Amino acid sequence: MPVLEQPSLGQPHDVLQQFCQGDLDAFEGLFRQHQSAVFGWILRIVRDPAAAEDLTIETFWRIHRAHARFDPERSFEAWARRIATNAALDHLRTARHDTELPDNLASPPVPDPDVSDDLRRKTARAFQRLPPKLQVAATLALIEEQPYKEIAEALGISIGAVKLRVFRALRLLRKELRRQGIES
Amino acid sequence: MNEPEQKRIEQLLKQSLPPVGDQAGAELRRDLWPAMLKRLDDDARLAAVPWFDWALLATVAAWLAFFPGAIPVLFYHL
Repeated sequence: MPVLEQPSLGQPHDVLQQFCQGDLDAFEGLFRQHQSAVFGWILRIVRDPAAAEDLTIETFWRIHRAHARFDPERSFEAWARRIATNAALDHLRTARHDTELPDNLASPPVPDPDVSDDLRRKTARAFQRLPPKLQVAATLALIEEQPYKEIAEALGISIGAVKLRVFRALRLLRKELRRQGIES
Repeated sequence: MNEPEQKRIEQLLKQSLPPVGDQAGAELRRDLWPAMLKRLDDDARLAAVPWFDWALLATVAAWLAFFPGAIPVLFYHL
């Protein structure tokens, strides 16, 4: 497995040991220390703060349930990010059909005058229709510009596989836009 | 798909869905620990119900499904 190769930084080893043994105080400490980072990671994937809050709780619930399987010699952060990614993927699989785009899409930091609001909306909608696995890889790599190594660890796949998913996402997106008569 | 085409799609994607990770509002606005505790409590409450209670409930549900005429009898005895 490519993830979790570094020992956890930022929390004492005995806290992780206690967490492994099911200690609620240790779990609370880890929760309070990592909730913001987990929320931020999930938000990058699902792009909805309310859903990201629910999924943060779902992630830590899964973490608590799996406490006995955690190896305290490895990175808690990477483990939590992997579980958070799975929770976010599950959410995208179930919620994608009933998620509507907001009326006003967020403006890009540097707007391109050649890209109309209508084109942005169509692109966003086409992107939402991509298979969730491709969507997550492309979101994290291209939109959020996260390091490929972190994405690979979070998805439990190799860096090459992440690049392949990103490429497939772009190809499918181009195909869908062409189907709608939009030439890129 | 050639490289310029790929770059163009990437740019279009970035224009359509700007990054949320660094935006204002990307920070967690409240402590989620109370909600987490509630979730753990709910979980513990469900787990606290003995297995034979669930078995009894399943038996009664199956019995009522096969013999709907027994529903009034059950209500009479409740």
